[in-house]
Formats: sequence, C-alpha cells, structure tokens
Amino acid sequence: MTTTPQDSRAEPTPLAPGAPRSGTTFLGLPTAPRGVGHLRGTQSFPDAARTALRDGQLRANLGRATTTIRGKRAAVVAEVPHWEQLRQAGKALKAATMARLDEHLEELERQVTARGGTVHWARDATEANRIVTGLVQATGSREVVKVKSMATQEIGLNEALEAAGIEAIETDLAELIVQLGEDSPSHILVPAIHKNRSEIREIFRRTIPGVDPGLTDDPRRLAMAARTHLRERFLRARVAVSGANFAVAETGTLSVVESEGNGRMCLTLPQTLITVMGIEKVVPRWEDLGVFLQLLPRSSTGERMNPYTSTWAGVTPGDGPQEFHLVLLDNGRTAVLADEVGREALHCIRCSACLNVCPVYERTGGHAYGSVYPGPIGAVLSPQLTGVEDNASLPYASSLCGACYDVCPVAIDIPSILVHLRGEHVEAQTRPTAEAVAFRGLARVMSNPRLWHLAQRAAGLGRFLARGKPTLPAALPPPASAWTRSRDLPTPPRKSFVQQWTEEHRQ
Amino acid sequence: MSAREEVLGRIRTALGADRPRVDVPPLPSPRDLPAAELLDLLTDRVEDYRATVLRCAPGEVGATVVRGLDLALGGGWSPADVVVAPGVPAAWRPEGSTEDDGRPAVGLAAFAATLTGVATAVAETGTLVLDGSPLSGRRALSLLPDVLVCVVEAAQVVPDVPDALARLDPVAPITMVSGPSATSDIELQRVEGVHGPRTLVVVLAA
Repeated sequence: MTTTPQDSRAEPTPLAPGAPRSGTTFLGLPTAPRGVGHLRGTQSFPDAARTALRDGQLRANLGRATTTIRGKRAAVVAEVPHWEQLRQAGKALKAATMARLDEHLEELERQVTARGGTVHWARDATEANRIVTGLVQATGSREVVKVKSMATQEIGLNEALEAAGIEAIETDLAELIVQLGEDSPSHILVPAIHKNRSEIREIFRRTIPGVDPGLTDDPRRLAMAARTHLRERFLRARVAVSGANFAVAETGTLSVVESEGNGRMCLTLPQTLITVMGIEKVVPRWEDLGVFLQLLPRSSTGERMNPYTSTWAGVTPGDGPQEFHLVLLDNGRTAVLADEVGREALHCIRCSACLNVCPVYERTGGHAYGSVYPGPIGAVLSPQLTGVEDNASLPYASSLCGACYDVCPVAIDIPSILVHLRGEHVEAQTRPTAEAVAFRGLARVMSNPRLWHLAQRAAGLGRFLARGKPTLPAALPPPASAWTRSRDLPTPPRKSFVQQWTEEHRQ
Repeated sequence: MSAREEVLGRIRTALGADRPRVDVPPLPSPRDLPAAELLDLLTDRVEDYRATVLRCAPGEVGATVVRGLDLALGGGWSPADVVVAPGVPAAWRPEGSTEDDGRPAVGLAAFAATLTGVATAVAETGTLVLDGSPLSGRRALSLLPDVLVCVVEAAQVVPDVPDALARLDPVAPITMVSGPSATSDIELQRVEGVHGPRTLVVVLAA
C-alpha cells in the first residue's frame, strides 16, 4: 500500500469545479505526489528562463540543433502526400483509446499475462519506484542497464534505485552524457541538446575511465567512445529497465522505438526486463501501430524510419529475457483524463517536434521548464500532472503562436489547452492579483468617458519616464515591473488618437 | 483496494458515465506501386541510410553475399567468423560459415558478421523486418556482430509500414531495421554506428 498523495497536501475533501488542482482534481483524482520524481522545478519559469537567456553558449547550441532538426522534419513530412489524413487518424485513434482506457488496459493485462509476463499497477511515482526496486532486488543484481525512458525520468527511478544501492546505467548516448555530466535532461528526444560536441568531449574525458586522452570532438569518435564504454556492461547485464512507446492491447505487444541499438541490447540480452509505461501509451489494435510508426519517426528525428523498432509480447522461449514485468503507471494521468479539454495532452507520443519549433523553447532551453517534459507539450502536461498550482507559471511560458499545434503528429491543440490552464490558474486565485486589480480598474475607467480622457492624459506623463526613448525603462517599480521585466512597454504618444481627431475636426 | 482497482476506478471516474464516442476516420490507402518501382524505391531508401544494397538474380545470392562480406570486412575474412541464422538456405551461405547453434547470446559478440533473411521489407521507409523465425534468427544474432548482411527476396517487399504489419505475427519478437545503428544525439546530426551493427549490407534478389 502506498500513502495517498493528498494526505500530505491540502484539501482532504473534493473541491468544487474550477477549484485548484493542488493535490486533487475536482473529481477527487490525485495528482503526481510532491517530493518524488522530476515534474516540478525549484524556480518559476520566468526566473529560470532569465538565467538561461544569459547563457550565450546554450542559446547557440539550441539554435543550431533546433534549426537542423526543423529542416529535416519538414523535408520528410512533405514527402508524405496523406500526412494530414494520417495525423487526423492518429488524433482520432488516441481519443478513441482514451474513451475506453480502462477496457484497453484490462485487455493488455490479460494478453501480457497470457504470454508469460507479469503486470503491476502503480498509483504514483512512489509506488512504481518501490515495485521496480523490489523486482531488481529479487534478481540479486546490483546494477541495471536502462533504455531511455521519459516515464522513469518522470518518477525519479534512478534516484530510488540508488537509494537502494542499485546502480542504474543510462545507455542512450544523450542520457549517458547527462548522467556522466551530473546534469539533467533538457529535451524529450535528445536530453543533452544543450551541450555541444566539445562540451561532450570534455565530459567524456573527465568521466569515462580509460578513455583515449586524445579523443576529438568528432561526433563519430564520441559515439565510438560510448560504444566501447557500454559494450561490456551490456554483455554482463542481468536486468534491464525500459519504457515503452506503444503497447497493443489486443495482442499484448510492447514496442520501443530507438536509433542506437542500446535499446535492443537492453531488450534482448538480460535475463529480466522491467518496462515502466504510462497508462496512456496503450493502443487498441496491432494495425494502429501502422499509423503511429509513420507519424513518430518523421516528427521526431526527421527520418523516414528510426534505425531500430523492437516489439515483443511477454516472453519468447530462447529469444531475449525470460522474465518480463510491465509496470502500468498513473502518477496524475487519470487527473489529466478527468479534464475534458486538458486530456488531449495524454495523446502525446513524445516526438518532441513541438519543442523544436517553439520560439520560447529555442531560446530558454528545457531546464527552465523545471520538469522532464519541457517545451509546449510540457507546459500543458506538467501542470496537469502535478496540479496547476504546482507549475503555475508554465501555462504562460508561450506566446500562443500555434507552431506546436501545426507540427504535432497527433494534432494536440496545445494553444487551447494553455489558455484553458491559464483560466484555471486565474480562477484558483483566492486573493486578487495585481493583474486582476489593474484590469478591474481599467474596466471602470474604460466604461466612463470622463475618467478615460483623464487617464489618457495621465498616461501621457509616462513620457517623462521614457526620456525620449521609444520604450519605457524595464526597471519600473512593482507592480508595474511584473509586466515590464519581460515586455517592452511603448512610450505613450504625445497625444491620443481621440485628442488628435478632435483637434483636426474642430478646425 | 489494490492499485489495479484504484487506477481502473480513477479512469472510470475521470471518464464519467457519458463517454465520448469517437469515430476513427479511414486510414490512407497504401500506394500501389509496380514491382520494379517498389524494388527501386527500397534500394534508394536503404542507400539513403548509408547502407549498401547489392542487387542480383535469385540464383546469384550466394556469390553476392560473399561480395557483400568482402566489401564490409575487407579481404581475408574467415567464413567461420560469419554466423548464419538457422533457417537461411544452404545456397545463400558462404562455405564454412557457422550456423547459430543457440549458444548463450553474449557468445555471438565474437563473430565478425551475421547473415540472415527477413520476414518482409518496407520500400517507402527502407526498412527490413526480422521476426525471430529461423530465417530471421533470434534478436541477438542481428545485433551483436558488427556487420549485418540481410537477404531480401522481391516477393517480400511491400510498399509501406501498414502493409508490413499485416504480414507479421504480432506476438513474434520483431525488429525493424532501417539502416545501420545511428545516433542524432550530438547536435542533432546523424552519425552512423553506435551499439548495433555499424555496417548493413542488403542483398536484394529479384
């Protein structure tokens, strides 16, 4: 048994509709618990972003990488004449799956079990970590090799294993870079996107025992260094932990999509395989994979197909792990499902196309979002998984330009969900914010012509602050600073439009 | 209440009594390509991943496999260092090659190259599909040796991914291979060759 997360937090009783989702949703569904995993940052987005924006190297690395990937994606997507039809099919398949999620999960459980696997259910991160730790301990192994997985990042599995004296070895190249550099991931697909080749070389030279001191920053040489470093670990590994890109309910088939072959090593060589999967990853039918396997690689790495896709159902005698465990993870997902607008965020197939096109992400990078899910999808997913008050700044981390919606392979309307969550955040405020007070005042002034003209004249005084510059200084005193620290406020004109009109027509 | 009952209960609460009805639109119909174009497309797409495609007549597979191994391993390779999936026809095998005898999987890492057939191949994406059958071999076989040679027969080539899935057994251990092992993890530039075979040779028999 796990402690229910709402015990340690406010609101023991279900809240009224529209009330904050801190701890529980209005349907009483628990969100991801605090104190475990990586869904919450230590700073608000604007504060963290300010630090990131001052890092010229980071901005250069991100600019180069996202420009490269945007071009590749656009080229391979343009090749598919029926892309929009595929995209709408993907969207509908996901919506249909969510509407019968309980039935599909039960079917998945039946099929996996029938093929020799064991299915575990985890209410939240704490429970999932305890299940996986227990399974590893039961094998007697003190180390596990890991396939890159968002779900295990989300729940902080590596830290939980470490606390139990088990070493988790990340085997994806970018995850390895992040792990060796004692860094944190900043992108869904390429967790080390914020590092350039020479920074990666430095990490390798510093941390890989016996690495060639003459290692150059040629990406091919760096990849070879990782190959050598991990080879022996793959061959001796007894336990692997993976995530899953898809799970087919009707056949019990799991799938991992990857590039390097590290996934295949983990899925094939060890005796025991433990897969941790968010409950939203299930698809009903085998043929549904045909849609998603076309949408995902083109959107993700900008390839027609990723180098390796593995599928397996339970245990196959004589081929691969002979013990298979599937851990089905909620950790706030059912709370997301309860929101009729926000639930579309569960359709995400983790391609990261929305990160690569986002003008905000490109400049701030992923760390500023404070969650393992950065970028536009993170800005709608993280606040829903944790309750919007625990990630209250994220729904505002967007200019609402809509580029994310355009590239999303399953057509998630991210801008609409952002606006929806902003509304939820505003309605959750029990005390009036400076913004609310300002707009209430403005509403009064604008509904009274005399007050309005007075206010316009008063605003003209702002010209003194501008001292002839086209914008007002960014360092206005609070509460105005809340607006001006991240936005330019134009200097008020000498005369308002109405004043000019009146003067011209008087003559 | 068990975690299972609780999670399923939460889903039912979240969805409520009145669940949305969703109609899934028909999937795009697959491209219909003449056989010759299909093979050209497959060749083009596999080569785009910087893999080697050698085309030959059905009777020349054995000799073409040897030519592929020459290209991949350089001269002077020993046939005993080539491990072959148990269902590969004798005519395709280099003389003196080793058949996979089911030894512990890590033992396969000692071989220089692997020879397998495939279950199907996808032209549009340049993908070879191995399904764990005797012809494709077990998964570790096409993973550990650094060179992978796969023989594809014309009748196995399908236009796109959905056509391939329709031919496959969903419960088989399937590996879809699109080019050599690669990574885009450094500055999002694709580099071939990480943990899987760094060299991929496709012998296309038609």
